[in-house]
Amino acid sequence: MPLIDPSVVDLSRLQFALTALYHFLFVPLTLGMTFLLAAMETVYVITGRQIYKEMTQFWGKLFAINFAIGVATGLTMEFEFGTNWSMYSHFVGDVFGTPLAIEGLMAFFMESTFIGLMFFGWDRLSRPGHLAVTWLTALGSNLSALWILIANGFMQSPKGASFNPDTMRLEFNSFLNLVFSEDAQAKFVHTSIAGFVTGALFVMGISAFYILRKQHREFAARSFRMAALFGVISSLAVVTLGDALGRLDYLVQPTKIAAVEGLWQDSDANGPAGAAAWLLFALPDQQAQANHFEIGVPYVLDPLIAHSFNTSIPGLITLEKQVGPRIQSGIQALDALKAYGQTHDPQALASFKAHESDMGYGFLAQRYAPNQDLGQITPANQDAVLAQAEKDTLPNVFVTFWSFRLMMALGFFFVGLFSFAAYYSLKNQLERHPFLLKLCVWSIPLPILACEFGWITAEAGRQPWSVFGWLPTFQAASSHNLGYMIFSLIGFAVLYSAFIAAELYLMFKYARLGPQPHLTGAPESSPSPMFAPAE
Amino acid sequence: MEVYVILKLVWAVLLGVLLSGLAVMVGMDMGVGTLLRFVGKTDAERRVALNIIGPHWDGNQVWFILGGGAIFAAFPTLYATSFSVFYVVMILLLFSMIMRPVAFEYRSKVETGKWRATWDWAFLISGALPMIVYGAAFGNVMQGVGYHYDWTGQYYQDESFIFYLLNPFALLCGVMSLALSIQQGGTMLMLRGEEPIFSRARAAAIWGGIIGVALFIVGGFWVAHLKGFAMTAPVNPGAPATPLTGQSVAPVVGAWMHNYAAYPLLWALPLLGVVGMLGAVLMNAARKPVIAWWLGAIGWVGAIFTTGASMFPFLMPSTTNPSQSLTVWNASGSAYNLGWMLLFALVFTPIIICYTSWCFYVMRGKVKMDYVTHDDHGY
Ligand code: HDD
Ligand code: HEM
Ligand code: HEM
Repeated sequence: MPLIDPSVVDLSRLQFALTALYHFLFVPLTLGMTFLLAAMETVYVITGRQIYKEMTQFWGKLFAINFAIGVATGLTMEFEFGTNWSMYSHFVGDVFGTPLAIEGLMAFFMESTFIGLMFFGWDRLSRPGHLAVTWLTALGSNLSALWILIANGFMQSPKGASFNPDTMRLEFNSFLNLVFSEDAQAKFVHTSIAGFVTGALFVMGISAFYILRKQHREFAARSFRMAALFGVISSLAVVTLGDALGRLDYLVQPTKIAAVEGLWQDSDANGPAGAAAWLLFALPDQQAQANHFEIGVPYVLDPLIAHSFNTSIPGLITLEKQVGPRIQSGIQALDALKAYGQTHDPQALASFKAHESDMGYGFLAQRYAPNQDLGQITPANQDAVLAQAEKDTLPNVFVTFWSFRLMMALGFFFVGLFSFAAYYSLKNQLERHPFLLKLCVWSIPLPILACEFGWITAEAGRQPWSVFGWLPTFQAASSHNLGYMIFSLIGFAVLYSAFIAAELYLMFKYARLGPQPHLTGAPESSPSPMFAPAE
Repeated sequence: MEVYVILKLVWAVLLGVLLSGLAVMVGMDMGVGTLLRFVGKTDAERRVALNIIGPHWDGNQVWFILGGGAIFAAFPTLYATSFSVFYVVMILLLFSMIMRPVAFEYRSKVETGKWRATWDWAFLISGALPMIVYGAAFGNVMQGVGYHYDWTGQYYQDESFIFYLLNPFALLCGVMSLALSIQQGGTMLMLRGEEPIFSRARAAAIWGGIIGVALFIVGGFWVAHLKGFAMTAPVNPGAPATPLTGQSVAPVVGAWMHNYAAYPLLWALPLLGVVGMLGAVLMNAARKPVIAWWLGAIGWVGAIFTTGASMFPFLMPSTTNPSQSLTVWNASGSAYNLGWMLLFALVFTPIIICYTSWCFYVMRGKVKMDYVTHDDHGY
């Protein structure tokens, strides 16, 4: 069993990370905008006021520009597991493929069919009929997030499957455990609502731009207020639910949470104050296994993570040391499994069963075994192998620590921004606060950035595992030759750069153009009391 | 028969249904993309052509996405192996596929001729190339592919991609698939288009159908002389699904005709294919695009099930280690998984068919030239 060329693994990781992060530049806006559009149209149908139809159509047009690339890049994702993660797909396809298939059946069909009617059906459907179509699109996009996150939740905390030594893969055994995995559900709400934040700030920011320029006043004021109120609620929810997600990580992936907090030594609420501090700033050093330049808030770490004052949270150094016996046991598991595969000897099976839960840790040792053959590990060389393999069980602390901190800082910033925005919008005083309006405009891309940092936290923090505890990333890839990877990476780079250039160009063009009431056949609406003159 | 065996068989049939749905619905849109530059001489004509499938292409494309997802779940080892083995070809397919959604949404949003001409080329590439790859994949799979597994199930590729690109039988299948997509796309353009698009589309559809059926028949004779694969010892269809053990296979010339010899009733499938394709040609000639569309769809179903029946139970044979060839029995998911998936398929497929039909119904009727010049929502 030769290992896959490490540079091929690295390029596969790079390609997956880049294509997934790129896909997620567009997804949050879809998740949020579909709901905002549905809300605007609901107001239109209830009140019959033309301006809300204009709002739905104008924001719908900007949404469509974004949606196209979301779809295109989603296509890449659906096939990339097969093209680049062959062993992964074989190993977990029986469980992991299922939510992807259900996502297609239940969510993508619905979203994609109704989105056609949403854009083309204005003149062919009754008002309630069109409204229903818009709501079904919103529901479809959020259902798609649900199923994809159930899939991702399985990688983070594998539930609902067990290993079958006869087929050499994880097999599905509990639908309910897979779907109601706490990790998956917590991820879903946090991510969906992060999308709402993104949508809200998008609408609010562009409206602020019109208000600053004194264009489309009525339209902009109404859009701004709706988005700001939606944003207050969503941003509060995102922070609260993020806290819940962190607590789950603490329960299922202790290495991730320790990396997120830059915690090398065990925290001890009763020990020296510094040990239990929540760090505001630090430069984690993987080699030295310590932080430089720590600045923290003492005593709050334990209650923040564990929601309790007398729990001690294990640090990275402890976690690394604890893993040695599991690696040893995993090596035995793999030896027995290999023997069982060749002979179907029940004794080999029994000895595999005894070590089954550590199997994944055995894979980790293979890199450092003589000739990459687990069979050649002897008591004499074992300690050296273990020492190296243990180090591999920790994620990259610097990346995890900082991506989390940036996401969180942005989260609190959004709560503040939306609160001020909503307050002044309700008091009709927006025009007196140009700085706030400018801040809204400049903040449009920030929620997307926060989402990207969130994913980097989640995925980089999961390393070295592809499926936590079962399959290391370096084992999961396809054994391609280097040339293939260079070819595909260059291709994606070229195409995706062209896409983003075209998208930004159109987005700016149509946002600057603003709503065009004459095209929708609506009369220029008269100012309402909601819009108060500046003086 | 064991429940597990029945589930595997049901999913083999559903795989055929899925591939047919993909071919008919995505193929139709691809055909329109391929034909765009030929049926539309002016910008307005091209916009009409795009708006004919404008409300539907995204929904149709989900057949392609679901194809990936369902193979992943129902035949995980097939998903894992085939996409990796065909890496370069798959990536080319993806590059061309992902241009299409962007082209639809962006093409008509800028007025300049250069911008629109660029996207029109994107439509041509993203229409023709995927259909050729789709057909060629069938052709390659029928001849076997070079791969083997080690004891963990990690796959290794034993052959360069050049072989898959330049292989005469696969090219024949690729061109046939392109021709049938042109037939289906042309028919759709006739259905909702007016003159002059109607006549141009009609000519293309008729020629597409004729070439398609001719290549289908030639391909049939070719297959009889192709090296197929056959089991050399009985297998246990209900065994746990793994390509690593329990199977012995050898390449045999003409093996892909064995099933037809054993079960003559299967000849109904190629017959269905020929009748569907030819019927569509005749109906298009008679200017009856609705009937032609359904006959064209039947032609696709016939062609795909013909391939499946001749290879059964093989899904993707291996030339370098035939005994590790992937089959319906050894590449499938577990019984538990196949059962749940079946439940979801049974519940959601009727719902999907209902709302897709409703969507086509709402958008029925001809797309007029003034729609694209006066309406703001179209492509
Ligand atoms: C607008 C976007 C946004 C904002 C403001 C936040 N998050 Fe977040 N976060 C995401 C968007 C996001 C995300 C993109 O949705 C992620 C990536 C993976 C996931 O499940 O959600 C995520 C992941 C993620 C994870 C890792 C989950 C895992 O390991 O699987 C944690 C622990 C948190 N978040 C916690 C927080 C906290 C405590 C926040 C604020 C104080 C916060 N997030 C704000
Ligand atoms: C269902 C959803 C997802 C699945 C199943 C998934 C799966 C994977 C896989 C297979 C890899 C490569 C191997 C590995 O490092 O383990 C990976 C890495 C990565 N993914 Fe995800 N991913 C998902 C969603 C996302 C999204 C939406 C993003 C970002 C927007 C993302 C960001 C990343 C990043 C940054 C890496 C690189 C981590 C590293 O290797 O350091 N993932 N993910
Ligand atoms: C890494 C795994 C992922 C895969 C395989 C994947 C697959 C896809 C596919 C195939 C599409 C196109 C659908 C269409 O034609 O309408 C798509 C779009 C979409 N995906 Fe993903 N996706 C992944 C990650 C995610 C995640 C993590 C989320 C949500 C949290 C998500 C949410 C969406 C949404 C909302 C869309 C709608 C279109 C848009 O992006 O604007 N995806 N995805």
